[in-house]
Amino acid sequence: MKARILYGVIIGLFAVLQGCSSPAKNEASTAAPPTGGAPTDEIEKYRAMIADGNPADLYEAAGEDIWKKPMGPKNVSLEKCDLGMGPGVVKGAYTQLPKYFKDTNKVQDLESRLVTCMEKLQGYNSQEIIKAGFEKGKRKDVEAVVAYVVAESKGMKINTVAKHPKEKEMYDLGKKSFFYQGGPMDFSCASCHSENGKRIRLQDLPNITEQKGAALGWGYWPAYRVSSGNFWTMQRRLNDCYRQQRFPEPIYISDDTIAVSLYMAINAKGGTMNAPGLKR
Amino acid sequence: MKNKLSLLALALTLSIGAAHAATPFEKMMYSSFEAKGQAGLDRLDQDAAQKFCSNQANLTGGGDAKLREKIQNDNMATIKQPSDGKYIGDWKSGEKIAQSGRGATWSDKAGSENGGSCYNCHQINIKEVSYGNIGPSLWNYGKLRGYSKEVVQYTWNRINNAKAYNVCSNMPRFGHFKLLNEKQMQDVMALLLDPESPVNK
Repeated sequence: MKARILYGVIIGLFAVLQGCSSPAKNEASTAAPPTGGAPTDEIEKYRAMIADGNPADLYEAAGEDIWKKPMGPKNVSLEKCDLGMGPGVVKGAYTQLPKYFKDTNKVQDLESRLVTCMEKLQGYNSQEIIKAGFEKGKRKDVEAVVAYVVAESKGMKINTVAKHPKEKEMYDLGKKSFFYQGGPMDFSCASCHSENGKRIRLQDLPNITEQKGAALGWGYWPAYRVSSGNFWTMQRRLNDCYRQQRFPEPIYISDDTIAVSLYMAINAKGGTMNAPGLKR
Repeated sequence: MKNKLSLLALALTLSIGAAHAATPFEKMMYSSFEAKGQAGLDRLDQDAAQKFCSNQANLTGGGDAKLREKIQNDNMATIKQPSDGKYIGDWKSGEKIAQSGRGATWSDKAGSENGGSCYNCHQINIKEVSYGNIGPSLWNYGKLRGYSKEVVQYTWNRINNAKAYNVCSNMPRFGHFKLLNEKQMQDVMALLLDPESPVNK
């Protein structure tokens, strides 16, 4: 009930904002993804309603500025950062991540790759970024750049593959981790995300072991999160999954988080990248 | 000399730590997490049931049937019956426990009372519309099954340790891992099995 009132308030707020900023774009609200259960229809309606007023826009704009601005001990921008399609190529770069990078000899997701660039190009200390919490210190900059880079792949097809031996190895490790039960509740990712049509309370759970469900999971994150009022990267989403699994905390951009991301992305291949999305 | 060398080798193995840092997968797991709040790294250590059910084939009923049975029997043997002999507590308190999904995460205060998270996965009182469907509906639980000693005991055991009946059940082992205390489990029992509980109306 409380949540519904909150949605009401926020819908109202965005209706006002939209009226001011983009009065001509209201017909774009038909692009809502299909939904399963009736109780979640309300969320879909709400999502469609503010589809062209996603607050993630603000993070995207900030991220583009950060990408282009000379910063750090070496006072250079990130414009030479190679996200896998050559230095500086942002358009479509997110559709093929995570992937193997020769210079680091590692499979990297977007966030770990950005941290590499901030260290190698700009001279920042990567450990400081890894140790900072979400929305803190330079991590905050990483999050904004994530919004910018991801948005540059919006509407494109997910095309992450396991070609390099290290990608194949990482996919298998990610799959194993997905099914790994632990903690006082015996949960694994699969406890909630390996069957069709399942819900926790009213929240639909995508079946990530199948292409359709994986595309729903991978394709709509990172996202602006209405319930917490901020932008969540995939690393942050995974962090909260593990918290609810009652696991210890995953270290930011650790191998396990990248392996599970690769497992999801490859399963989602062929789906559409809709992120930055808008989530409950 | 040989002895000294083997001692050195042993010392090295021990200092690398952990019998678990053996395979690439285990190395990845134990280096990718850190303890936070009450959630220590030991939560990555698996017991026999967790190990068995981390294999996708076993989740869907495959795998070694004898091992499956053995793990179930071992779990059954750990179940304690209520110390005061009472199985049925207060259904009103049981409803509150069923509603609460709190507890045992790294952001929950250590030692604070856990909820049962029951509605996360089950329909129970049909007046509650926000329920999950990972587990079966428990609406009219007692009314449909009766209130016999067998039903009561089975329900108590299942809440305590669902893996005693189905090793890869998705249901947490509330008694086994002390997620709920004895009184809380008696109260949840009442929600399901007190004829006065709204669940049985």
